[in-house]
Amino acid sequence: MMSISPTYLLYFVPLLVAISLVYGATRHEDLTLILRHALHTAYWMTGFMGVIFVILVLIGLLV
Amino acid sequence: MAETDLRIVEADGIKIDLKNRYLAAVLAWAFPGLGHFYQQRYAKGTLYAVCIMTTYILGFAVGGAHVVYASMTPGDRRWHYACQLGVGVVTLPALWQTMRLNQATERISRPGQPPFFRTRRDFVPAMGGWMSPPRRPVSEQSADEVAAWYARKGAGYEMGTWYTMIAGLLNILVIYDAMSGPLIVPGAGRRKEEDQDDTQDASGPEVRTAKTVDGKVTADSNVESIREPKS
Repeated sequence: MMSISPTYLLYFVPLLVAISLVYGATRHEDLTLILRHALHTAYWMTGFMGVIFVILVLIGLLV
Repeated sequence: MAETDLRIVEADGIKIDLKNRYLAAVLAWAFPGLGHFYQQRYAKGTLYAVCIMTTYILGFAVGGAHVVYASMTPGDRRWHYACQLGVGVVTLPALWQTMRLNQATERISRPGQPPFFRTRRDFVPAMGGWMSPPRRPVSEQSADEVAAWYARKGAGYEMGTWYTMIAGLLNILVIYDAMSGPLIVPGAGRRKEEDQDDTQDASGPEVRTAKTVDGKVTADSNVESIREPKS
């Protein structure tokens, strides 16, 4: 189904953590709120990437 | 607003002394988190330093020593370096390496054709080639040094380049945070606040947008003490 090794998806994890935390920290000063914001950003990014992934898989199946 | 008013900001109920905000911005660029240490915002400084430097170092780990280099030679315009430069002084050796390589590279003019660049055969890059640009010529049609780096690291070279670029771009956000405090988007989450306001008691609506208190700028989302006077 995928033309690359699934282990390549591991590249996503450090980026997700770093981007979420830095983005959250630029919006808040309180650490609890930073972590909450980071968690929300991580969910959103993962969901967005998941939707794109599903769309691409469907296109791959149809074409 | 006077410059002194911008020195103290308030976010999440925490007062922040930005001190010399321009110096903080320069320090934040020089090394991620350093501007926040200067402002005694140690927790955020540590968070930024760990996140950004880990991303940057991981980029080198998966992509090798050549994911960061500066070059504007035709055929090898490394625009990625503009993003990587955001990480600070740790990227500056790339400029020095480029200067060294350029001194060892001759430009050959050809009538009616773009100039051709060729690096001397006896040139040895410093620091084991760390952040050094590829030897000239670089061409997509030939097996040059860039092709060798790709062959050696595979997708890692591409990923390493992206990691280091993203680290640099993230540090731009950090520079802004050091200079102006946490970024507030006016109106963000307004619907939730309105819902909460409906259930609040008669003590007045909670202020959630940037405000000036006692002549100071606040950028607050959860400050109990700052409330609009009841009309």
